[in-house]
Amino acid sequence: MLEISGLSAAYGQLTAIRDISLTVESGGILAVIGANGAGKSTLLKTIAGQLKATTGSIRFDGADVTALSTHERARRGIVLVPEGRRLFGSLTVHENLQIALSAKRSGVWSLESVYELFPLVAERRRRRAGDLSGGEQQATAIARALIANPAVLLLDEVSLGLAPAIVGQLYDRLPLILEQGTAILLVEQDVAQARRVSDEVHCLLQGRTSLAGKDLDLADISRAYFGAEATA
Amino acid sequence: MSIVNAVIQGILLGGLYALFAAGLSLMFGVMRLVNLAHGAFAVLAAYGALLIVRTGALNPIAALLIIVPAMAVLGFVVQRFILQRTLGTSPLPALLVTFGLSIIIENTLLLTVTADQQRLNLGSFDTAAIALPGGIRIGAFPLAVFVFALVVLALLSLVLSRTQYGRLVRAVSDDPGTVQLNGADPKLIYGFAAAIAFGLVAVAGVASGVQTSFSPSSGSLFLIFAFEAVIIGGLGSLWGTMLGAVVLGIAQTVGAAIAPAQQILIGHLVFLVFLAFLPGGITRQKALR
Amino acid sequence: MTDLLSRRSASSTQRVSRWTPSSAVGTSAGAVLIVALAALPYLINLATIYAMIDLFVLLILASTWNLLAGFGGMVSVGQQAYIGLGAYSLVTLADLLGVNVFLAIPIAAIVSALVAIPVSYLAFRLVGGYFAVGTWVIAEVFRLVTIQIPQVGGGAGVSISAMSGFPRDLRIAVGYWVALVCVVVVVGSCVLLVRSRFGLALTALRDDPTAAATSGVNVDASKRLVYLISAAGAGVAGTLIAISTLRVQPSGVYDVQWSAFMIFMVVIGGVGTLEGPIIGAVIFWLLKQALAEYGSAYLIGLGILGVLFVLFARRGIWGLVSRRGRVDLFPVGYRLRLPDQTRRKQ
Repeated sequence: MLEISGLSAAYGQLTAIRDISLTVESGGILAVIGANGAGKSTLLKTIAGQLKATTGSIRFDGADVTALSTHERARRGIVLVPEGRRLFGSLTVHENLQIALSAKRSGVWSLESVYELFPLVAERRRRRAGDLSGGEQQATAIARALIANPAVLLLDEVSLGLAPAIVGQLYDRLPLILEQGTAILLVEQDVAQARRVSDEVHCLLQGRTSLAGKDLDLADISRAYFGAEATA
Repeated sequence: MSIVNAVIQGILLGGLYALFAAGLSLMFGVMRLVNLAHGAFAVLAAYGALLIVRTGALNPIAALLIIVPAMAVLGFVVQRFILQRTLGTSPLPALLVTFGLSIIIENTLLLTVTADQQRLNLGSFDTAAIALPGGIRIGAFPLAVFVFALVVLALLSLVLSRTQYGRLVRAVSDDPGTVQLNGADPKLIYGFAAAIAFGLVAVAGVASGVQTSFSPSSGSLFLIFAFEAVIIGGLGSLWGTMLGAVVLGIAQTVGAAIAPAQQILIGHLVFLVFLAFLPGGITRQKALR
Repeated sequence: MTDLLSRRSASSTQRVSRWTPSSAVGTSAGAVLIVALAALPYLINLATIYAMIDLFVLLILASTWNLLAGFGGMVSVGQQAYIGLGAYSLVTLADLLGVNVFLAIPIAAIVSALVAIPVSYLAFRLVGGYFAVGTWVIAEVFRLVTIQIPQVGGGAGVSISAMSGFPRDLRIAVGYWVALVCVVVVVGSCVLLVRSRFGLALTALRDDPTAAATSGVNVDASKRLVYLISAAGAGVAGTLIAISTLRVQPSGVYDVQWSAFMIFMVVIGGVGTLEGPIIGAVIFWLLKQALAEYGSAYLIGLGILGVLFVLFARRGIWGLVSRRGRVDLFPVGYRLRLPDQTRRKQ
């Protein structure tokens, strides 16, 4: 459904990802892992349209979306939960969710069903998003993306800066999201956490694919994650 | 009693200034853009109304039905195709372009309609007034403008707080990039904000043209009054802007009562006093409400 | 500018240079030009000389406005406040107080800078676009206050008698030489300022105020200093206007059109460069000589041209010229020369 082939992107002169190819099946899940600065977030930004691809293509539901702007991709069902949550701090939680109604996509996810998935978010719906705790913010950010009824949900570092218990709770929600037919492409530094939800991993090292496949051996992953020299 | 009268006239004048200021405030709140051509566009609208009044059988109020939509469309187009290109981290390009636009508009008007002072005429409504005890007369038209300003601001405030468009406006003012991630196009949100602002400034320009005379070069004073109202009221608050406009109106009318012909200077000085001692304005709010 | 780091560690085989062949040529040509300009009154007719004073005024205004906006990041549409203040200071000093008219010029510049101190505390409470309108309001206050003062003619303005000791021809030539000295001092100061450590701080400030502040640049003090220098420059321009036109009127010297002209010159030439405003001033002056009689149509043309430049050639003419290779007419950048490599460009 989402097919990335030969994708590269750069910040100015600095190439951040190079020649990445991957596929996310309809309703499937893929975890992209890698160390800090491996290019994981850049990959998601490029897929979502926040960064222009220098080479390669992004195909979605059979159509080439590489040239589309961010909001057009969101309207087709590619929705990113950005790094650092990026809630609208001066809006209430409820209003934050309502913003995503602008994607004008119908589906299983509505304000009711999303509140049901995240009872904590429902509880905080009248609060200003800027006043929430980190975990609450992350849950709200995922909830907001779901309101847009994504065909594929791009999750950027859900665990960043959160306590392990809270990360666990958030990850527990992912199978429920998949159950509804929403595909997930997630980016994670924490290999164990990523493997918990996805059999298939795609490992990045310095902007390139260093390993990709299903049910991989942990030693192989660790070598691909840190680079061959580090584990030698 | 003349001071009481001056205060009342000032409050009413504040209604007119609030109409000028609301558009400036809205555009700044949404796209962080200070439109230096704001006053010039008001003058353009006033001349548009004058043209309609002279050729057709419409009075200035009825002319608004044509002028306001026309200016709103103009606002959308100017934002979408000119101002949009200037938005970025630096405020410099937007300022330079809007200042350039103000010069283009003012001089185009000078070429086409001459520098003569003009006035829009409403007939008997112009002079109609409500007499109060103590020799105070409340002009029917200034009162209507004041009430209209209150209604418009209340509506705008309702739109911002209750509608999806209003939420998008507030969200885009927080973080345009993330609004786009959620499937909305900031450029369109900006375009509609400019349309609303230009519609408001059209009403302000026409109302001002009925209340006092205007010429192609009136734009700079309109811009300055709008700006003073916004700063006195406090950035980001529509009701603050209304309050600031009333303070400016009172400063000018009371100033005129104390020192005739010095009302504009006194208005400026009151603005500077606010800037010196209450730089955040009367209301200091971060978000647009 | 990133080459700065290597300045101290430069070994004998590599060195950091502030000069490029073009900047060396530019600077020497500048020196020759100044000498030639000084001799000009002996060579060409007085009408042209008179027009040249106007060019010098424009050069001063463009350079100082560029310093303010291009390096200080402050878009002012109120510099006419200091043009007027400079002109009226000259009238007051020379005609009312009997100060030597040539001495009155630097004093008027100092007066402008001193007045700019309290003004800056007010204006700096506003940023970006609101700063622009704020400076405009302040200039309007200057104008409205000036017309209250009968000693300098109120709204009608005042004629200057301090230059009446000179016969007409000599008066124009003297005005020209004074303006030449002023333009060399002001533009030269701008070059030296941008070249100095302070100039480096300003560039950092313009590019990223937060990063500059955390790197130890005193943001407020730097901006204030730029504002004061620009005010002094505009004040000098005001004195030159007074000396050459012999009449000062509030509606003339405090006209917001001065700001329009400054903006136009800097935008056309190239904002944030030293060469840009000079090119812009010369182009504007030539256009003015040729087309100013068309009045409004001419101003519409300027407005359209300015808008097009901002939209499509934001770096101005100088940006278009120096895009490929870096050409500098002033030695203000830093360049690293390596012995075994060809010249490295920034």
